[in-house]
Amino acid sequence: MHIPDGFLSAPVWATLDVAAVPTVAYIARRAQRTFEEDKAPLLGVLGAFVFAAQMINFPVGPGTTGHLVGGALLAFSLGPAAATVVMTAILAIQALVFQDGGILALGANVLNMAVLGVLAAYIPYSIWSRTRWRKFSLFAGATLSVLVSAVLALSELFLSGVRMPSAVLGVSLALFAVSALLEGAITLAVVQALERIQPKAIRQPLSNRSLVLAMVSLAAILLASVGVLFAAAAPDGIERLGQQAGISSHVRTLFRTPFADYQAAFWQSAFLSKAAAGLAGVALIYAACLLLSRAVGRKRSI
Amino acid sequence: MTPLVEVRDLRYTYDDGTVALDGVDFRLERGETVALLGANGSGKTTFVLHLNGLLAGQGTVKVCGLPVEKKYLPTIRRKVGLVFQDADSQLFMPTVLEDVAFGLLNQGLDAQAAADRARAALDTVGMSAAAGRAPYHLSAGEKRRVAIAGILAMEPEILVLDEPTTFLDPPGQRALAELLGNLPQSKILVTHNIPFATALCNRAAFFAGGKIIAEGSIEEIVAGFAWDFSPERSKSHS
Amino acid sequence: MHHVVLEQWSRGSSPVHRFDPRAKLVVLLAVLISVATAARGLPLFAGALFLLLITGLRFARVPVIRVLTRAAVILPFTAVFAAVSWLAGDPARAFSLTVKSYLSALAVLLLISTTPLPSLLRAIGITGAPPFLLEVAQFLYRYLFVISEEAQHMTKAAAARGASVRQWIAQVHRFRAAAGALAILFARSYIRAEDVQRAMLARGFQGSLPLLRVTKFRTSDTVFLILASLAPWALRAAAERALP
Repeated sequence: MHIPDGFLSAPVWATLDVAAVPTVAYIARRAQRTFEEDKAPLLGVLGAFVFAAQMINFPVGPGTTGHLVGGALLAFSLGPAAATVVMTAILAIQALVFQDGGILALGANVLNMAVLGVLAAYIPYSIWSRTRWRKFSLFAGATLSVLVSAVLALSELFLSGVRMPSAVLGVSLALFAVSALLEGAITLAVVQALERIQPKAIRQPLSNRSLVLAMVSLAAILLASVGVLFAAAAPDGIERLGQQAGISSHVRTLFRTPFADYQAAFWQSAFLSKAAAGLAGVALIYAACLLLSRAVGRKRSI
Repeated sequence: MTPLVEVRDLRYTYDDGTVALDGVDFRLERGETVALLGANGSGKTTFVLHLNGLLAGQGTVKVCGLPVEKKYLPTIRRKVGLVFQDADSQLFMPTVLEDVAFGLLNQGLDAQAAADRARAALDTVGMSAAAGRAPYHLSAGEKRRVAIAGILAMEPEILVLDEPTTFLDPPGQRALAELLGNLPQSKILVTHNIPFATALCNRAAFFAGGKIIAEGSIEEIVAGFAWDFSPERSKSHS
Repeated sequence: MHHVVLEQWSRGSSPVHRFDPRAKLVVLLAVLISVATAARGLPLFAGALFLLLITGLRFARVPVIRVLTRAAVILPFTAVFAAVSWLAGDPARAFSLTVKSYLSALAVLLLISTTPLPSLLRAIGITGAPPFLLEVAQFLYRYLFVISEEAQHMTKAAAARGASVRQWIAQVHRFRAAAGALAILFARSYIRAEDVQRAMLARGFQGSLPLLRVTKFRTSDTVFLILASLAPWALRAAAERALP
């Protein structure tokens, strides 16, 4: 889901833009180190492939078709850092040339799809790709990538004050689940066809990870995603937190604390609480992905 | 006098185990234009990629007396201009002028000098008017001309063209033959187009199974390997 | 195809085309932020800004109606959320989502139809975006044309083979066929990328794309930057005062 401009509130888009810039800069540097020589042409042409791939329709049911999103396929073939770079370039060109996603919302879209979506795809793959669960890892990675991106986008919209009747929320979550499963099925089918004609196109992940920790990390990502969604869907909770802090400071005014008013204003400021919540949600999932994949990797190397 | 190109016992195997070159010996003298003929997959393209070090197999490859090794690559890539089969792969810059100037800027020319020389090269191939256009908007023949300009701008001593007549209609092929005929450089043409080769080349080498199995005039090679298409011959074979 | 048309418009020669891409980028951000943060007097501000953007399109000598239609591509997506907000009892938000997303898309279109994307990417490079990312974007844009064309040939070839049966087995079969087509397209793209890389090395590529021209920031660019960045804010201030 590409969020257009005008949907997110200023604290949310501004915070996510500020967070996206150093993240992408860091990942771009990492991606460059993945390859022996400069591979900008390879990443660019594969980005063009993902664009073009969206023109090829997959039958889903009677009269309905879907298409590849591509983040997971790129992660499996280029590794997560390079896939993030390609997806970021795709999102930038979609926003500029195709009005698909906003410019101010680019930071949000990049974090949702290019950074966290790609990372979510890569984790199951890096864990199970060398076991007999390999097919499942491809399917699960692609499914998870679309699901995580969609849930994040939805939570950012909620944080920005977009309201949904709960029935509509239920339907949209169901739709997300279907499109996520479709991405899983398409990605798996394409990888299998690709391995028959060009075995080297899919990279093996660098390390093999243990099953238990893998399950834990996946559960953590899912929990974090769902948690962020609920926290965002019920921003009253966040406001209440702020109010309580405000109330506590009002209580303190009884003791004539000189900073009391300042504190109340600080906590009641919607801008700060929303910005903090948006960033916390993204950071939570990012940390869950990154720390757990590291922890698992370290355990294996012992 | 040292030959422009001297190749001895060149062998190359792709990562997947396919033997592409199996002992190629080849010489190109100054002023010659040689056609490389042979079936698809017989090693012609793999061979020309060795001439400026894009692939490195076993055996010796010398250009103007210099071995094709890492330390000589910048010099050798200046001497050997390679025009690829698919012009779209060669025209990767946003505009025609920027593309033609690409090699010059890599050589360290300043922007003004590079732009001037690029314009002169575009003039040679008759594409001056397209300088500011995007490569995407050009026809197949125009793309080919611009690709050649990008090579000519670097003033190479040897021009290597891989299947230059692909996607060109007969007038386009004629115009290309005229353009190439007027260029002073020594040339190596990889082609299936016998009339085109006959018009430009004084010699032909025939590839089969990763080797050059015969050399001679175009007529001799064509006669020896039945290497042309004519209705009479198709009938006699069937 | 749409981006081919935009590409042609972007190579025009109006005064708007001639402004420095960096200046236009800053102006775009000023416009987008003024829209994104507008609240009071939004209908009046939106109307005024709409007229301002149309004036910009007229100065740029691009077909106004076609750009206005083009910007409407975001409306189906927006309409869903507008409807949902309306259902949730927030009609003001429904209006603001629609108006803000449309105006933002229109502003982006004004920029992209007067600035070739490669020049724009270079302008973005000056803001400190990773050069590697911008090179990837440049190659992506260049080969978008080539690879999309290959994809179109493949879909036509698949359509020519028929497969119009709507049974379950046929659906599975078509799904596999589409996956096979994508795999071939991927493999071809990979080979294409290798060819491009070779063509670059053959012409002495050193590791970074060389620049032919460095555009100079003229006084007129500065004047344009200041006036055009302030214009939406001035309109907004006026609208807020008129409709408290």
